[in-house]
Amino acid sequence: MLVKNYIIKRLLLGLMVLFGVILITFFLTRVIPSNPAAQWVGPRATPEQIQQATVELGLDKPIYIQFIKYFKDLLSGNLGYSLRSKQPVINELKTYLPPTLELIFMSTILAVVIGIPLGVNAAKKKDKALDHFCRFFSVGAVSLPTFWVALFLQLIFYRWLDLLPLGGQLDTRIKMLYEIPDYTGFLFLDSLLSGNWVVIKDVFSHMILPAVTIALYPIGLVARMTRSALLEILSEDYIKAARSYGLKERLVLWRYALKNSLGTTVTVLALSIGYTLVNTFLVEAIFSWPGIGSYIATAVVALDYPAIMGVTLFSAFSYILLNLTADIIIALDPRVRV
Amino acid sequence: MNEPYLHIKNLKVNFKTFEGSKNVLNIDELKIFKGEAYGIIGESGTGKTILALSILKLIESPPGEIISGEILLEGEDLLKLSSKSLQKKVRGRKISMIFQDPMSTLNPVFTVGSQLENVIIETQGINRKKAYEKSVEMIKTVKLSDAERVMDKYPHELSGGQRQRVIIALALSCGADFIIADEPTRNLDVTIQAGILKLMKEIQKEMNVTILFIANNPGLISSICDKAGILYRGQIIEKGTTREVLKSPKHPYTYALLNAVPRSKEDRVDLNKFIMKETEESPADGCIFFSKCLKRKESCKKPQSLLKINDNHYVRCHLWEEDIV
Amino acid sequence: MIENRFLKTLKAKFKQFKQNVFLLKRNRLTKLAFYGVIALFLIAIIVPIALPSDIHVDQDTNPSEKLLSPSFEHPFGTDELGRDVFKRVLLGTRISLNTALIAVGIALLIGVPLGAIAGYFGGFLDEFIMRITDVFLGFPPLLLAIAIAAFLGPNLQNAMLAIAIAWWPWYTRIVRGQAVSIKERQFVKAANAIGTPSMKIVFKHVLPNCVAPLIVQASMDIGGVILTIASLSFLGLGAQSPTPEWGLMVSTSRNYFLNAWWYSIFPGLAIFFTVLVFNLLGDGLREILDPKTRKN
Repeated sequence: MLVKNYIIKRLLLGLMVLFGVILITFFLTRVIPSNPAAQWVGPRATPEQIQQATVELGLDKPIYIQFIKYFKDLLSGNLGYSLRSKQPVINELKTYLPPTLELIFMSTILAVVIGIPLGVNAAKKKDKALDHFCRFFSVGAVSLPTFWVALFLQLIFYRWLDLLPLGGQLDTRIKMLYEIPDYTGFLFLDSLLSGNWVVIKDVFSHMILPAVTIALYPIGLVARMTRSALLEILSEDYIKAARSYGLKERLVLWRYALKNSLGTTVTVLALSIGYTLVNTFLVEAIFSWPGIGSYIATAVVALDYPAIMGVTLFSAFSYILLNLTADIIIALDPRVRV
Repeated sequence: MNEPYLHIKNLKVNFKTFEGSKNVLNIDELKIFKGEAYGIIGESGTGKTILALSILKLIESPPGEIISGEILLEGEDLLKLSSKSLQKKVRGRKISMIFQDPMSTLNPVFTVGSQLENVIIETQGINRKKAYEKSVEMIKTVKLSDAERVMDKYPHELSGGQRQRVIIALALSCGADFIIADEPTRNLDVTIQAGILKLMKEIQKEMNVTILFIANNPGLISSICDKAGILYRGQIIEKGTTREVLKSPKHPYTYALLNAVPRSKEDRVDLNKFIMKETEESPADGCIFFSKCLKRKESCKKPQSLLKINDNHYVRCHLWEEDIV
Repeated sequence: MIENRFLKTLKAKFKQFKQNVFLLKRNRLTKLAFYGVIALFLIAIIVPIALPSDIHVDQDTNPSEKLLSPSFEHPFGTDELGRDVFKRVLLGTRISLNTALIAVGIALLIGVPLGAIAGYFGGFLDEFIMRITDVFLGFPPLLLAIAIAAFLGPNLQNAMLAIAIAWWPWYTRIVRGQAVSIKERQFVKAANAIGTPSMKIVFKHVLPNCVAPLIVQASMDIGGVILTIASLSFLGLGAQSPTPEWGLMVSTSRNYFLNAWWYSIFPGLAIFFTVLVFNLLGDGLREILDPKTRKN
C-alpha cells in the first residue's frame, strides 16, 4: 500500500520536473537569444525575410501562446528543425542515437564487471595495496577529463602501438568488402548476430577505445560505492553469524554481503548513466563516433539552437527517467528496501 | 570425571579505545564437560558476549584483541588455528552459536529457507534438494508451524519469537555438539521466553548437546543449567553447580544480584543494602568488586584467586566465610 | 543561560577543531592534497605577476618555433603558434581557479540562503523552493551548463554564469537538510521562544551549523567545476582564443596532437592534477568532519 503511494508520488514528481525542464528549455530558446528569427533565416537575410520568418515561426505572438505551441509541438514529437541541415531534429536524433546507446551499454557492463570486483576486493583487503589502489583509482577516474583520456588513448593505441583504429565505427575497406548487417540498428549487436568474424572484430576494435574512455567514470564510481557499502555491511551482525555457522568466506563475501550492497550500487549506476551520456558529448567527436555526442558537439560550434535543445531535452528526459526507475526499483524490492 | 570438553585457560581479551587498551575479559579457568549445560550469569557489558565470540574467534580485530590464553576443545587449542581451519573444522561443525538479536543476525535479503540450506549444504556436504528437506525438518524441530511457508519468508516478515526459533534452527542445523546460546531470550517477552526455554531443554535432552548458556537473568540459568558461573567485569567471581551458587551465594556481588530483585511493581529495592556507592576505585590487582563491596577491607587489595568451598562451589572472595549482610 | 550554553558549545567546538587538525595531519593523502592546493594557489597568484602579459591578447607568438617538442627551453614544448606551452599552462592556473571560485561563490550566494529559508520556514515556501531545485537537478549538471552557455553566448564569463546556475541547487539541498534538523534543536526553540526575529535565528544559528558539509561539498565542487569549465571550453563554449585555458588548449591541440603529443598531454595533466587535488582534499575533509566515517 505504502509502496504504491510512493511510486505514484515519484511519478508525479518526475512529471513535474519534466514540465519544469521544458519550461527552462523554452526560456532558453525563446527568451535568451537575441533574435531567433534572424538565426533561422541566416546571416545574409534581408529585413523582410527576417520579418517573414518571425511571423512564420510564431515569434510575434505573446510569450504564453508561444509556450503552448512549443509544448504541443513537443508532445507530438516535433523538436523543431536543425538550423544547419533544415531537417527535423527528431529524425536526426533517431539516426544518431543507436551508436551512443551502444557505447553507454558497453560502459555500463564494464562498470559492473570491473567496478564491483574491484570494490569487493578493496573492502576485503582493507588498507592493503589493492585497497589504496582502488581508492586512488576511484578518485582519479572522477578527476580525469574524459576528452583528454580519449586523446591519450588514441596516442597510445593508434599512434604509438598501432593496435587500434583512430575513429569511426567501421573500417572503410570492411564496409566495401562485406555486407554490413542491419537487423536492429545496433552495429555491434548486428555484427554478432551475423556471425561474420571479420566484421565483429572490426566493429569491436573501433568500439573499445571510446567505450573504455567513458567507462572510467562509472567504474570508479561503482568500485567506490561497492567498497564503502561492503565495509559497512561486513561489520554487521549477520555476517558474524554467517561465519559462525562455518560458511566459506567466499560465500559470505560474494553472496551474503554483496547482495546487501546491490541496492546502493543500482541507484548509483542509474545516475551515472546520465553522466555517461553527457560525457559522450565530449568524446564522440574525437573518435568520429556517429552518435548524438558528435551531433551536439557540431551543433554547439555552429550554434544550431534547435539541435542543441533537442539533445538537451532528450538527455534531461532520460536522466529523469533513469532516476525514476532507480527509485522504483528500490521501492519495489522489499528485501532491497531494508 | 574425565577431561573437559571445553577448557578455557587464562583467556585475556582487550579492547582498544581512545584512552588506551582496556581489559574486558580475564578468565583464569573455565571447564565444561560433555553433555553439560553450563550457565554464565552477568549484567550487560560484563563481557559475556565477548566470551562467546572469543571461543569462535569472531572478535573484530580492531578494536578487540585476544591477548593471551588457551581455548582447548577436546585438547586442541582453537586460538592457534588459522581462519581457514576454524572455518572448515570448528565453526558450525563442532561449535555453533545462537545469537542474541535475531533481527540483526539474520541476513535481510535472503529467505529463511535459503539461509538454512546454505548452512546445511556447507556443513553436511549434501545437495540442494536434500538440504531443502533437512531445512524443513529443522524448522519443525524448533516447533514452528507451517514449515514450508516459513522457508519462503524473509526475516522481516516473521515475528520476534519466530525469528528466535529460526536462529536456534540455524545453530542446530550445523550439526554441532556444542552450542553457545548468547542471551537467546533477551528481546522477547516473558511468555515467549518460556516457550524458547522449554524448546532448548528438550533439544538438550534429545540431542545430547553441550550448552554454554549466557544470560543476565539467574532464573533462566536455574531452569536449564547444571553448572553456573558468575561473571563480573570480565572475571568469574563465583562458580559451581547451579544449586550451590544460586541457593547459597558466597560472593557479595552474587548475593546482591540474586536478592536485589523487586518482588512486585510497588516494591522498591534499597540498593544500599547490597552495594556501596562507589567512593574508591577498585585496586588494579585486587578484587574487582572492591569499589562497590560492603564488606571491603584492606586485605581485599591483594590479588584474589578462586577459593574452594567444596567440590561444587568456588568463590573469589577470601571473606566468604563471613555472613554477607 | 543561552550565553553559557553558547560558551560551552564554543569550547566543545574548539576541542573538536583541535582534534580535526590532528586527524588532518595524520591522513597523509589529505595532507598532500592540501599542499597541492596551496601550490596551485601560489602559482595562480605569482605567475601572472612574474610574467606580465594580457592573457586575452595574442602575445609571444613565434611562428618560427611552432610545434617544438619538449626541451630545456620549452619544458612542455610549443604550440602551433610558437607559444611556450609551459608558460600557458601556468597562466591557465589562474584562469581556472578564478573562474571556479567565482562560479562556486555565486552558486553558494544563491543556493545557501534559499536552502536556509526553505528549511527553516518550511511549509509552502519550502515546497516551492524545493520543487524549483528539483527541476534544476533534473539536468545532469554539465548538460545544463552546456545549454545555458550555448544560449548566452560562448565566452568565459557566460560559462561561469552558466555553471553557477547549474550548481546552486546542490547547495540548497544540503543547507535545507541541515536547516530542517537544526530547526528542531533546543537552542533554536529557545531563541524562538524569547522572540528572536526569524532571520536572525537563521543567520546566527542555522547557517553556522551548515558550514561543515558546505565546506566539504564546495571543495569537492571546485574540482568538478574546473572540469566543467575545461569541458565547456573544449566544446567551444567557454574560453575563447587566445586565452590560455586548459580545456581550450586541449581542443586546439586536436589538429596537431598526433605529431605533437605534448600539446594535448600537458594541459590535460594540469586539469587532472588540479581536479584530483581538490577532490582528495574534499574527500579528506569529509572523512574528518563527518563523524560517521571517522575511524576510531
